Amino acid sequence: MPVKTMREAINEALHQEMARDPRVIVLGEDVSGGAGGTSGQREAAGGVFGLTKGLLPRFGEARVIDTPISESAIIGAANGAALAGLRPVAEIMFADFVGVCFDQILNQAAKFRYMFGPNAKAPLVIRMTMGAGMGAAAQHSQTLYPLFTAIPGIKVVTPSNAYDAKGLMIAAIRDDDPVIFLEHKMLYGESCEVPDEPYALPFGEAALVRAGDDVTIVAFARMVNFARAAAETLAAEGIHCDVIDPRTTSPLDEDMILESVRATGRLVVVDESPPRCSLAADVAAMVAERAFGYLKAPVRQVTAPHTPVPFAADLENLYIPSPEKIVQAARATMASR
Amino acid sequence: MQLSREQLLQAFRSMVKIREFEERLHIENPKGEIPGFLHLYAGQEAVAAGLCEQLTERDYIISTHRGHGHCIAKGCDIPAMMLEIYGRAEGLCNGKGGSMHIADVTKGMLGANGIVGGGQPIAVGAAIACKMRGDGSVAASFTGDGAANQGTVFEAMNLAVVLQVPKVFVFEMNGYSEHTGGSYSTGAKDPVQRIRSFGIPVFEADGFDFFSVHDAVRQALEISRNGGGPTAVYAQTTRYYGHFEGDPMLYRAPGEVERLRAGNDCLQNFRRRVTQAGLLAVDDLDGIEIEIRALVDHSVTAAKAGRGHAPAELLTNVYASY
Repeated sequence: MPVKTMREAINEALHQEMARDPRVIVLGEDVSGGAGGTSGQREAAGGVFGLTKGLLPRFGEARVIDTPISESAIIGAANGAALAGLRPVAEIMFADFVGVCFDQILNQAAKFRYMFGPNAKAPLVIRMTMGAGMGAAAQHSQTLYPLFTAIPGIKVVTPSNAYDAKGLMIAAIRDDDPVIFLEHKMLYGESCEVPDEPYALPFGEAALVRAGDDVTIVAFARMVNFARAAAETLAAEGIHCDVIDPRTTSPLDEDMILESVRATGRLVVVDESPPRCSLAADVAAMVAERAFGYLKAPVRQVTAPHTPVPFAADLENLYIPSPEKIVQAARATMASR
Repeated sequence: MQLSREQLLQAFRSMVKIREFEERLHIENPKGEIPGFLHLYAGQEAVAAGLCEQLTERDYIISTHRGHGHCIAKGCDIPAMMLEIYGRAEGLCNGKGGSMHIADVTKGMLGANGIVGGGQPIAVGAAIACKMRGDGSVAASFTGDGAANQGTVFEAMNLAVVLQVPKVFVFEMNGYSEHTGGSYSTGAKDPVQRIRSFGIPVFEADGFDFFSVHDAVRQALEISRNGGGPTAVYAQTTRYYGHFEGDPMLYRAPGEVERLRAGNDCLQNFRRRVTQAGLLAVDDLDGIEIEIRALVDHSVTAAKAGRGHAPAELLTNVYASY
């Protein structure tokens, strides 16, 4: 099977869905780039991270729309296009910029169907890059999925690898609800086997990345890689872990997490976001409520601290949860009894 | 208005500081010691200097993601800025902000901003404070081709007019909204008229010419400092480097930057003007360049040797208290 990076896998999903369904359009800042430039090279960017490369030459300006830097207008227009029967894939270049256009997500997209009734649907996808690790500092590095997950009416996707990213992107485009699709920028260059043909992966079905009887580790997006690395270290010590990647935070595969915790009795949740109202806190609360009797040790949360993302490389490394911190947390759960 | 010899020397020094700082970062960045993104201001120096040479420490500016030039022109310390850009603990913002969030509020520099259009409403608030103080101070914001189409900027312009606050909107149009031409991203055929339609007087300037910018700013400040409400300065300029360092600039015609550098560079234009008029000697100008080059060189050396952080520093300054 061909090996592709997450960047290539998402790009391929966009190409395939645009070819399959003429209602799919792409819009955002520099999704092709070069409009109004002096070189005459129309596709000068293909997205700042290259995710939308080749779409403009293949599908044309009517369906691949470069926008001004106007996030409220981008998401508002995607909302309207979706209500009017198109399937827009809008890009917010960095998830942090969602602050500029949050009304269009929080009060508009998320609520159309509930407010307007079952005739209304807004099948849009909002792609955003997220995550720390590039020294991009406080306004270009946040992992805002806890914020989005808290909003009823929005689905939230957090792929951790290229295979999942392609299948989840195709599912997102075909989904009839607003979907926020968060791409961790430190994962763009990571690769795995990805089939050439289109396929959709269902939302709300977690992946069991690794199986073990001692500790359950639930991790999101880039943290799945760190959890896998931690599980390898722990296995060498005789501690065997279930590593669960929920893949979508809304809907969340509660069943797989509960089933695993009932078997292991120990839970570590790893979230790159700050701890308050995080996915780590959300999963911990869910387990405490529904599997309390099975727990042999307190749940451990490995998260970023309650701070903005720092710029300096040394501080940023401290900010991001590490495989070492996950190992320590798992050991602590083992030591409790 | 004729500037004094001291004012001319100071203006040139400010522009040279910016140019040397940015050219050096362009050389240093590929060495891999600088975290994150760099958006360089080289080419646009006349705009920052043309404004900030007429501001005092009581006046405020708020910048963009392309903020080094504004910072330097407002008087921020060069070695401390370099330490910040290298992410050192002794940096201007303790290494936590970096290039895109560089600031010195003690100098009235309310920050570079990673959010396009984030700063303009903030500057309206600073202008409210200026108006309440009643001391003739102003707040200025910088806006490029990208932010010019953010709703936040339109809201800020309208609110400034409604409140009649001393706010100078400086539009410095380098022709590009990231990788997209400004001619595409702004629908209005006459963007200056678009600003005027908010009720804001606009003074147009040649952004390649310090004296033209200085004159436009002088007229704007005369109104805004004296209770006349918000004003705007609109200058066309250029940037010599990409949207960010590493941008291959496929959207720009081959030779465009070289042609502008050779034929319409704001520092060369300044040099020619003041030496031909006999206002400054070539030696004066050369001396400043040598002096600033040494300052930047020393700053880079010091930044590379700067202090890392103690782990506890990760948690400081999230709040002023607790």
